[in-house]
Amino acid sequence: RPMLSATRPQPQRVFSGTPGGQKPAKMPAVSKGDGMRGLAVFISDIRNCKSKEAEIKRINKELANIRSKFKGDKALDGYSKKKYVCKLLFIFLLGHDIDFGHMEAVNLLSSNKYTEKQIGYLFISVLVNSNSELIRLINNAIKNDLSSRNPTFMCLALHCIANVGSREMAEAFASEIPRILVAGDTMDSVKQSAALCLLRLYKTSPDLVLMGEWTSRVVHLLNDQHMGVVTAAISLITCLSQKNPDEFKTCVSLAVSRLSRIVSSASTDLQDYTYYFVPAPWLSCKLLRLLQCYPPPEDGAVKGRLVECLETILNKAQEPPKSKKVQHSNAKNAILFEAISLIIHYDSEPNLLVRACNQLGQFLQHRETNLRYLALESMCTLASSEFSHEAVKTHIETVINALKTERDVSVRQRAADLLYAMCDRSNAKQIVAEMLSYLETADYSIREEMVLKVAILAEKYAVDYSWYVDTILNLIRIAGDYVSEEVWYRVIQIVINRDDVQGYAAKTVFEALQAPACHENMVKVGGYILGEFGNLIAVVTVLFCHLAPCSSTFSQRPRRLSKRCCAMSWLVHLQQTVHNSDQYYVQTSEVVSPVPQATVLEEMPPFPERESSILAKLKKKKGPGAVSVTELEDGKREGGELNGGGERGPETASTPSPSADLLGIRSVAPVGASLSSAGSLLVDVFSEAGPAAPSAAVNDDGFLRFVCKNNGVLFENQLLQIGIKSEYRQNLGRMYLFYGNKTSVQFASFTTTVSCPGELQSHILCRPQLNVQSKPVEPLVEGGAQIQQVLNIECITDFSEAPLLNIKFRYGGALQNLTLKLPVTINKFFQPTEMASQDFFQRWKQLSQPQQEAQKIFKASHGMDTEVIKAKLLGLGMALLDNVDPNPENYVCAGVIQTKGQQVGCLLRLEPNAQAQMYRLTLRCSKDLVSRRLCELLAQQF
Amino acid sequence: MLISSLFMRMSLTTHSFLSSFHSHLCFVISSFQMQFMLLFSRQGKLRLQKWYVPLSDKEKKKITRELVQTVLARKPKMCSFLEWRDLKIVYKRYASLYFCCATEGQDNELITLEIIHRYVELLDKYFGSVCELDIIFNFEKAYFILDEFLLGGEAQETSKKNVLKAIEQADLLQENIDFQTSLFAAPS
Repeated sequence: RPMLSATRPQPQRVFSGTPGGQKPAKMPAVSKGDGMRGLAVFISDIRNCKSKEAEIKRINKELANIRSKFKGDKALDGYSKKKYVCKLLFIFLLGHDIDFGHMEAVNLLSSNKYTEKQIGYLFISVLVNSNSELIRLINNAIKNDLSSRNPTFMCLALHCIANVGSREMAEAFASEIPRILVAGDTMDSVKQSAALCLLRLYKTSPDLVLMGEWTSRVVHLLNDQHMGVVTAAISLITCLSQKNPDEFKTCVSLAVSRLSRIVSSASTDLQDYTYYFVPAPWLSCKLLRLLQCYPPPEDGAVKGRLVECLETILNKAQEPPKSKKVQHSNAKNAILFEAISLIIHYDSEPNLLVRACNQLGQFLQHRETNLRYLALESMCTLASSEFSHEAVKTHIETVINALKTERDVSVRQRAADLLYAMCDRSNAKQIVAEMLSYLETADYSIREEMVLKVAILAEKYAVDYSWYVDTILNLIRIAGDYVSEEVWYRVIQIVINRDDVQGYAAKTVFEALQAPACHENMVKVGGYILGEFGNLIAVVTVLFCHLAPCSSTFSQRPRRLSKRCCAMSWLVHLQQTVHNSDQYYVQTSEVVSPVPQATVLEEMPPFPERESSILAKLKKKKGPGAVSVTELEDGKREGGELNGGGERGPETASTPSPSADLLGIRSVAPVGASLSSAGSLLVDVFSEAGPAAPSAAVNDDGFLRFVCKNNGVLFENQLLQIGIKSEYRQNLGRMYLFYGNKTSVQFASFTTTVSCPGELQSHILCRPQLNVQSKPVEPLVEGGAQIQQVLNIECITDFSEAPLLNIKFRYGGALQNLTLKLPVTINKFFQPTEMASQDFFQRWKQLSQPQQEAQKIFKASHGMDTEVIKAKLLGLGMALLDNVDPNPENYVCAGVIQTKGQQVGCLLRLEPNAQAQMYRLTLRCSKDLVSRRLCELLAQQF
Repeated sequence: MLISSLFMRMSLTTHSFLSSFHSHLCFVISSFQMQFMLLFSRQGKLRLQKWYVPLSDKEKKKITRELVQTVLARKPKMCSFLEWRDLKIVYKRYASLYFCCATEGQDNELITLEIIHRYVELLDKYFGSVCELDIIFNFEKAYFILDEFLLGGEAQETSKKNVLKAIEQADLLQENIDFQTSLFAAPS
């Protein structure tokens, strides 16, 4: 009779009354038709319900019945209690909520009838309730059973702890269970339960499970006579070894000898632990997994024995199967894959690595889909080993074929991952071409990731940039919808930073834009590149054709529009580059009238980070395909870098047009670059601390970047991005802070506080604007959302320190704490003052007292490009005075700082020495501290 | 052997679901253990659920709903493994029932597949050619057997004999007690 047959007439069994009759070989439990007849009747009633409504009605009737029985005057006997508790459990498992019966279940725990106790424990295990009152009662019952010396009761209690695994249980039993585990007189079955129970408690509350004195005895469980004890104990040992490798390192030699005994045993030696002719497959896998917590054994003999085991396992894979059953080959191959994982983990035995690779190569063409999948997956890690990378590459044709022909998308996904992992300079063009052609028909679920992979490979292995540009444009053409902002920002970033590709890029996008239909992203990239490098007059018409349809989709999504750049930006960008703004401005307003004018002037998102943003995105994806991300970064450092590299500095002379600054590209990039060595370190500390470790150190990375500008990204890590826009007039300022949640998870209890430490309080006022929002910020920030906060700032008198912004929120339960210096600096309150040469020198002489002057001589930390220096000085807020200094190389500026009480006149002179790559900066102010402060701030800007 | 004939009818399926950014399962602990096991019918009815990580009922329901849908949508002959959220799903169909385990990505898929098989063997031996109905009507037994075999998501005892011996012993205790109950219970 077929097992699990669905065709058997169903009511027959339920109502036959003697279900045992149908199954002659039945064990006692199942034949107890009188066991819980009421439960069986109830279950079959439910099954006979014709509709969901009928089912709910029947359940409600039963719940009312049980409730009345539990509340009734007559004390229920254990059997009835068990039956009703079991019914409640069944109702719960059907998906209904159960809000009573817990107490009755707890009562069952202290029954001395095994069957009642068992049902009580089952109920507790399934319906865990953190009601502390109950937990105490449950713990009491468990305590009694643990000390009962009845192994069956002890096991029940241990199972319950392992199933619930709550903190309260850890507090009550974490010290007791190790003793049970290692005691000489404990039954094997109890040891097994104790080991896994302890493992669960360790995972819940590692601080409460202290192995200490038990460590060595636990490790020696690996030598236990009973295979079941070893199987259970090894899970515990593996977990403990991961956390405390040194304390448990003696397990390595024990594990090797145990493994060696299993591997060399005949298939019958281990009796019931042999599974389809494979000796102890579960234990073997766990032993191999335990060894992956450690480096290769140092002891030569142990290592030799282990290598022998691994060779035997590889040899066995070549032997003819002992059984045709899939279970035999699965168990055998499970060990083989685990052995290969260990070989890859060691990454030190070239011979084994290549053998592993060959074995996987055979599996790539196996008729079992499961094996093909696993071979692709395992080879992916093998590809990152220098010993086997070449061997993996020999399978490229098979893998490409898999990408094309596999019928299961999960297998195709693995093939794509492997192609990505095996890609290097020698095969990049082939692999990228294959991926592109696959993309045309790829499943929607994996397109976005494929796009990222292609973009990364194209960038990493580009030998000529025209190939890179072609690839990305193809990418947009084939899968435009899946080309995320990160990808197309990146291509612009690269084109801007490489002058040798600019011409080609402009020509290619121009051609691409002439197609009758263009993807929105193509128009964006085209607009940008042509705006910068194109033959401007010729292209404006081309862009206009595409702008109309694009902008209509934009105006339907005004939220996105307001946050991100819009089509308008490029046109504005174009206008400014063309210096013909009036004409086009009018035209654009006609085309896209519903778009609020404010968004026209929205900044293009800056590229503050040096790291490729697409790489960051792929990292976030985490999947196995991303394994070689770090490798990619290494590779980039070695030379394959397209993005100009640090040595170039993004402010290349190729595009000196200051108009581009209006769109924020170059005004941000130089600073991001200059701070990358020191600054990004800080950011990394924050992002790696991630959700787990709150940090309260003051982050002033962003601070210096804002001395000469008012808008941009102040801070960014994996979770949060903080953008700033600020404006100042006289002694007043207004700062808009934008907090963006970069994750898909809500931030809870989001609070921000602005404080002015120490004396600063009396120097400036800096507080949230109350009439705009009643609360400073919303306490909840949804995933992907952005909230805004407005600060009003008033400068009372001159100051040196900066106000602090503290941000606290909960992400996934962990408190995040972050303190940033707000970029409010004294120079923000400058009013530029124009003056003639004569006036300037007269005032200069007047400010001749020593304390009025501050001077610094410093080395240039960026290129000494005239336009950049000028832009920074203007950003500082002073007037840049031409024809004042007799030496045309020098820069002089004048301005007045507006505070509430007084005005501070300031004069500045900056003398560059291009040969020495040095500057001399002199400031003279009518107030002494101001010149020193300005000098400090400015000296870090050039 | 009866089982063997049935295993021929098993069907394998897979469908990749790379919802990369949805890391709702960020509770996942950093070790290699099973996160949960679900048994459900071809019609999508949940027959048994065992959770080895703490989750709210709401999360459990959501995961169950989505996963059942995902697995049922897969075609026969697809592979038995699929990536789902941050987890690796290993599943196999036996007649009308799907057995579905969620493990961490790095776990050994094949050995998990055989965990499922061994559990089916245990049920089969215990019930004597198990069918879906046995699991519906004796769900508590299915749980007890699972607890003897897997504890906290890890294999506790892989010997079929030993697991069944433990269950048998418990049943004997039960029998005795049932016997007593029937002796002392008032005739109805």
